[in-house]
Amino acid sequence: MSGDVPSPLTALDRPNSYIGRAVPRPNLKRLTEGRGEYVSDISLPRMVHVVYVRSPHAHARIVSIDATAAKAAKGVVAVVTGAEIAQVCTPWVGVLSHMVGLKSAPQHPIAVDRACWQGEAVAAVVARTRALAEDAAALVEVEYEPLTPVTDMMTALDPETPVIHESLGDNLAFERNFSGGDPASAFAASDHVIEADFGFGRHTGVTLEPRAMVADFNPGTGRLTAYLGTQAPHMIQNILSIHLAMPESAIRVVCKDVGGSFGIKVHVYADEMATAALSKLLQRPVKFVADRLESFLTDIHARDHRVKGKVGVMADGTITAFEIDDVTGIGPYSVYPRTSAVEANQVVNLTGGPYTCPNYKARARVVFQNKNVTCQYRAVGHPIATAVTEGLVDLAAQKIGMDPVEIRRKNLVRDDAYPCASATGLKFEALSHHAALDKLLAMMDYPRLRAEQAEMRKKGVHRGIGFASFIEITNPGAAFYGVGGARISSQDGAVVRLDAAGAVTVQTSATEQGQGTEAVIAQVVATAVGVPLERVRVISGDTDQTPYGGGTWASRAAGIGGEAAWQAGKALRENVLAVAGAILQAEAGTLDVREGAVVDADTGRERMPLTELGRIVYFRPDTLPTGFQAELMAVRHYVPRGYPFAFTNGVQASYLEVEDGFVKLLGHWVVEDCGTILNPQLVDEQVRGGVVQGLGGALFEHCVYDSEGQLQNASMADYLVPMACEMPDIQVGHVVSPTADSELGAKGAGEAGTAGAPAAVMNAINDALSPFGAVVTDMPFTPDRILGALRAAKAAQGA
Amino acid sequence: MTAAQMEHEITLTVNGFAVSERVEARRHLADFLREDLGLTGTHIGCEHGVCGACTVLVDGEITRSCLTLAVQCEGKSVTTIEGISDSGAVADLQEAFRARNALQCGYCTPGMVITASVLLDAEEMPDREEIRDHISGNYCRCTGYHAIVDAVETTLKARAEAGR
Repeated sequence: MSGDVPSPLTALDRPNSYIGRAVPRPNLKRLTEGRGEYVSDISLPRMVHVVYVRSPHAHARIVSIDATAAKAAKGVVAVVTGAEIAQVCTPWVGVLSHMVGLKSAPQHPIAVDRACWQGEAVAAVVARTRALAEDAAALVEVEYEPLTPVTDMMTALDPETPVIHESLGDNLAFERNFSGGDPASAFAASDHVIEADFGFGRHTGVTLEPRAMVADFNPGTGRLTAYLGTQAPHMIQNILSIHLAMPESAIRVVCKDVGGSFGIKVHVYADEMATAALSKLLQRPVKFVADRLESFLTDIHARDHRVKGKVGVMADGTITAFEIDDVTGIGPYSVYPRTSAVEANQVVNLTGGPYTCPNYKARARVVFQNKNVTCQYRAVGHPIATAVTEGLVDLAAQKIGMDPVEIRRKNLVRDDAYPCASATGLKFEALSHHAALDKLLAMMDYPRLRAEQAEMRKKGVHRGIGFASFIEITNPGAAFYGVGGARISSQDGAVVRLDAAGAVTVQTSATEQGQGTEAVIAQVVATAVGVPLERVRVISGDTDQTPYGGGTWASRAAGIGGEAAWQAGKALRENVLAVAGAILQAEAGTLDVREGAVVDADTGRERMPLTELGRIVYFRPDTLPTGFQAELMAVRHYVPRGYPFAFTNGVQASYLEVEDGFVKLLGHWVVEDCGTILNPQLVDEQVRGGVVQGLGGALFEHCVYDSEGQLQNASMADYLVPMACEMPDIQVGHVVSPTADSELGAKGAGEAGTAGAPAAVMNAINDALSPFGAVVTDMPFTPDRILGALRAAKAAQGA
Repeated sequence: MTAAQMEHEITLTVNGFAVSERVEARRHLADFLREDLGLTGTHIGCEHGVCGACTVLVDGEITRSCLTLAVQCEGKSVTTIEGISDSGAVADLQEAFRARNALQCGYCTPGMVITASVLLDAEEMPDREEIRDHISGNYCRCTGYHAIVDAVETTLKARAEAGR
């Protein structure tokens, strides 16, 4: 179990501080007892169930839909087509104005005349039960005229490839070119230039609870309540308002327990928009729960990049230049409203980021194809940028015969170099690459592992050690979405209230999907106000009840939502002390609140419990001085302003064995610097969970499409995710470099594990394969691919 | 009407209570528990027997309720997370999950707790690798499993200690 990490900051060093303590989350007992309330558990009076008829073709014109038999089937309430839904819900286009040149086509909740990927909804069947809706859906007769699907992203821009959306002119959604420093001269002057192609398979989040929604339009109030496991309730409120032509105030988004999100549940989904529209159309609650096949076909996919990489290096190990050329396929539409160009943009931004090298050239092209859409999933772009960078760095080290640790020591940005900026202009406030690497090496006992590796190699056992240093974007301000015109709040807020009985209630716009947001908010508020943690209750995930804010994504809940809660808690304490001063005839500044009581700040002597203060304020305000109004509710908001993002850094190491193409993970180490650690156990578990999702993408997870755009493995039996027996124990350590942008100094920790793990594993596999001269760079690293690389190496040596 | 849609009367025991219901032949046990009995602690993740979220005990054996038809449970005794929680039989394991943060979103947790529960009475103390093997039929997408293995191991050790 993680030990407590005392806060390094005196500003947070309150008596009985909960900051830095590994206290358990408040909601876990009920979840261990099956007393959660997930959207799939919700049942409302008059509720009906929708099932979507989905296109079996990757690209097809819808010639006709005959719903006669379905409409006559038992229990059916309605069968609704795309054209009918379009009367209630307008289409959208997923672009952002700061992504210059990004284009996409209008997307409807249900396809109107053309289906553009296998799984796009073409009709909705609404019935009394899910089973009856499925029975009737089988009776809907759709006549399709199949069109040529565009499936290979590498040929999507070729002149002979059909254009998916005629109005757009071509299949290029977005292109970005960057050049910094003088890469051409730097490569020309390098002792060695090493090139490699990297592949990143499509994978998806596989949230264990599939996407689900209950949309409840009540004609009596004119309001729509959307029960949705979303990460961004106010964003969804805004989007529903725009496309259903209802005022925002008429829409309430409620987010109860969420069965996994990982970025999957931060987007606008066509079938969820359709469900809301159906509720408005039918004037009753409509429930949609994706089954697992639908999840694979319609939950956003991610990655699917091919990157040509190039690095220049001097014989002494100095890295001189990086160059990348990235192509990614995003499906037929850019996802709304965050767009599908962000991942490629991040790959351009982040590649080479941990290193001092100023010479960098990059191109990224984002292309349309007739597959499911891709969009932001945990660590957006980071696993790709990190694997390309760290793969190239290891190949460079191998070329010049340098230890992978040494080449990193030589080139990582020095710990005393901050503040500084990357070649692409990313601003770094305070990072700790070298301290993190030193700590990692100590944790893993690097010399011992190298000795063990050598011993095992003598016995014909091939083990490898791989490293990955990385940077991670957290705590985004408005730079991500707001500046591009998306109405996604970068600010979060907290309302903190002291009740008559001395209990504290916090309403926060940060949301909880299992990370522990509510726990850290409670810890921060209990500390700021000065009450025992058990007295604090946190309310989140309800646009009717919480401040307007962004929610939980891009590793922002603790850093931004937490700071708002900290400031609100401090404001409430000031208000409490003003009341106490008036009652006790004392200067407020001589008093403090500790452990739920007003005390003398100097001696800690108790002057009055908060229960007594609450009694006086609420029931005997007549005894307070004339003209004095107690305010036992405080609100504060926060958005980072000093830096566009609070970068974190870290380093990971993987130790593994390769046998017959299979990879057995023996150990994994992470050192992470996420600034002030509010709850070490929760940070460590975010890191561990993130690592395993990264390992999944590196070793197993792959949405395999055939050339016709048919997903070949849309079941959990065929799409492999990490199982307990395949995963190692994961050791996590920390370096603490707080951000000065906030008083708490906390940065995000939710995605760092996923950012670095694939690169570390890739480098470890290649270290294991090095005696054979084989190299793998195409994820996932399946036994087939590893054996293929070994065969290729053997053939090359034989030739 | 197809044979799958034909209704049958079934009588079984659920969490110690006798239950008699009419169900369609095609109704799987997970839907029967959730939809007909309101026992929503049993979760549905894949409905093809892979993820383990729907794990319950049928006559004491861990069982995928999504691969079991309700009609197959005629005369049997089904225990769900609600029953095992009310009985307090694995309260120590549940507390270990809470203390160790061995759950994040909590969706896999009822199935994970039930699967782990049958390990608690093992004759031989399983090591971490054996714990990992035992829970490998239950997917968790949040934790990376390390904390779950810790929680199970802590509970096993505490029980072994208490049994001495």
